[in-house]
Amino acid sequence: MSATTSARRSAGTTTVRKPKVSTGRRVSGWLWTLLAVAVALCWIFTVYWMVNSSFLSTVTLQKSTPTWLPFGGSWDNFKNIFADGTFVKALSISLGVTLLTVLVAIVVAFLGALAISRFRFKGRKSFILAMLLIQMLPAEGMFIAQFKMMASWGLVNNILGLTLLYAAAVIPFTLWMLRGFVAGVPAELEEAALVDGLSGTQAFLRITFPLLAPGLVASAVYAFLQAWNEFTIALVVMQDNDVRTLPLWLRGLVQASATRETHWCLVMAGSTMVAVPVIIFFMIVRSKMSSGLVGGAVKG
Amino acid sequence: MMSVDAPASPAPEAAPPATGATPTRRRRRSLTPWLLIVPTLVIVIAAMGYPIFWQLKTSFQKYGLKQQFNPDLPPDFVGFDNYVKVLTNPDFLAVLGRSILFCFLAAFITVILGFLLALLMKRVGKVARLILQIALLLAWAMPVAASMTVWVWLVDWRNGVLNYLLGKLGLDVEGHNWLADPTTFFVIALIIVIWAAVPFVALSIYAGLSQISEEVLEAAQMDGATGWQRTRHIVLPLIAPVLSIVLLLQIVWDLRVFTQIKFLQDAGGVANATDLLGTYIYKMGVGSADFGSAAAVSVIMLLLTIALSWYYVRSIMKEED
Repeated sequence: MSATTSARRSAGTTTVRKPKVSTGRRVSGWLWTLLAVAVALCWIFTVYWMVNSSFLSTVTLQKSTPTWLPFGGSWDNFKNIFADGTFVKALSISLGVTLLTVLVAIVVAFLGALAISRFRFKGRKSFILAMLLIQMLPAEGMFIAQFKMMASWGLVNNILGLTLLYAAAVIPFTLWMLRGFVAGVPAELEEAALVDGLSGTQAFLRITFPLLAPGLVASAVYAFLQAWNEFTIALVVMQDNDVRTLPLWLRGLVQASATRETHWCLVMAGSTMVAVPVIIFFMIVRSKMSSGLVGGAVKG
Repeated sequence: MMSVDAPASPAPEAAPPATGATPTRRRRRSLTPWLLIVPTLVIVIAAMGYPIFWQLKTSFQKYGLKQQFNPDLPPDFVGFDNYVKVLTNPDFLAVLGRSILFCFLAAFITVILGFLLALLMKRVGKVARLILQIALLLAWAMPVAASMTVWVWLVDWRNGVLNYLLGKLGLDVEGHNWLADPTTFFVIALIIVIWAAVPFVALSIYAGLSQISEEVLEAAQMDGATGWQRTRHIVLPLIAPVLSIVLLLQIVWDLRVFTQIKFLQDAGGVANATDLLGTYIYKMGVGSADFGSAAAVSVIMLLLTIALSWYYVRSIMKEED
């Protein structure tokens, strides 16, 4: 890790580019650019294909030749998706679970983040270690037990039950993310406010809290994305069609598509509806999230 | 009464890298920190601690016919029987082997590809780099369920784009169902998992590359080092910490791959030969209600994850010192 730190320190200095470029180099430069664009197309194709197809009709999509551009497209698929009650139902379930999860996770994780960044206490290290390990545990290694527990508490097919499982799944990382933001606000600022005659609570509310707002937003968006996209736990715990979240609803659309006719244009419109809010939110918090994941090794 | 301008001037970023800095004040013994972590502990213990405890307990028990007829009967304690049963079951060993092979293959290919893409981003001009970065970010942002519906359709045997393109290349693949055969099923699953994972890896490594000083590289060039030599002897050692962390995260994440496999299984129809750990446990617990064995497999999976994550968690903890 020391290597990267020293590299980072000297990275600030700029060097003068040599102006002379040979033709051979220029040609290879173009080749690299072409390669970069080709790779970009490979990665974006899935996203493009989803949006493109969501504007086309079933008849168009059933042709043996793919339709590459959405000419002659319409918003019909989106209208049909909304007219179909199952999407609206799943949307409301997803929104309910997601917002509840965000609320619980942010409040709880924020308190925890305060504890580990503003206090030294016995057991602090073990607590951090436990949070980091829990964050790595796969839902697949616990979901049968979680289902049994939910069943014995009568919380299967219940939004509150799913919220509890989601909150527990996102709190460790949210706490870890927020800890970085809380530590970024120097305690001296609060101390100065205390000297100026504010009470501890006042100093926190007026000085620290406003500085933490960006961190809280980023963590909230992280929790939102996790709960909104989650599939595995929902599949186990939400078994009634009435309480399906959006990912489960999408699965229902493509299930058994090998044997029965699937209206891909509707599926793609549905996927687009699920993905668009995520893509927007994701762009907001991307850099903050990844720097939390890879720790000090990368300052993204 | 208070200085209003005080909080405005030092932005959070301007603060010293204080993540591990010792908060000197409030060192006195107080209950406050414990009260602050109580909500976290309550939720995590309720939703994960208890299930893990239940799972450990159940993995040493047997729910037999007796208990099915009379649910009030307590299950029998059978010691390590479930583990022995599971670990000598060729089905499970095949699933375990497949899962480990899958996660290592996916993780290594992802990191190699990500590294190459990061180098490519360094190599090309601003516009090309931006195009590449936006493409990667969009792919990264896609919810798994949404991208899976698209992938299922792309490989669909009737009018999927894959078969169309392969047909254009002159291959006779019309109506071929790639998901019906376990080998091609896993090749497709591998491609999908790698496609989804590369953006995070590539952008993380690129961030690491950007911190390497241009001077060092240029000095090496003056001394006659070729491009490959510079990559091998300067760039690689400097970004080794980033590479090892993303590789480790990928291995842990790819071991638990579930959603992609489930969607492909739903679409393809083949069942047992395409199971990985996640879907295997799911079927055992939900399908056949063999809780003892399902719990034993889950415990094995958790132990495997903890063993794999240990180095990562330790390296993060070191920064805390």
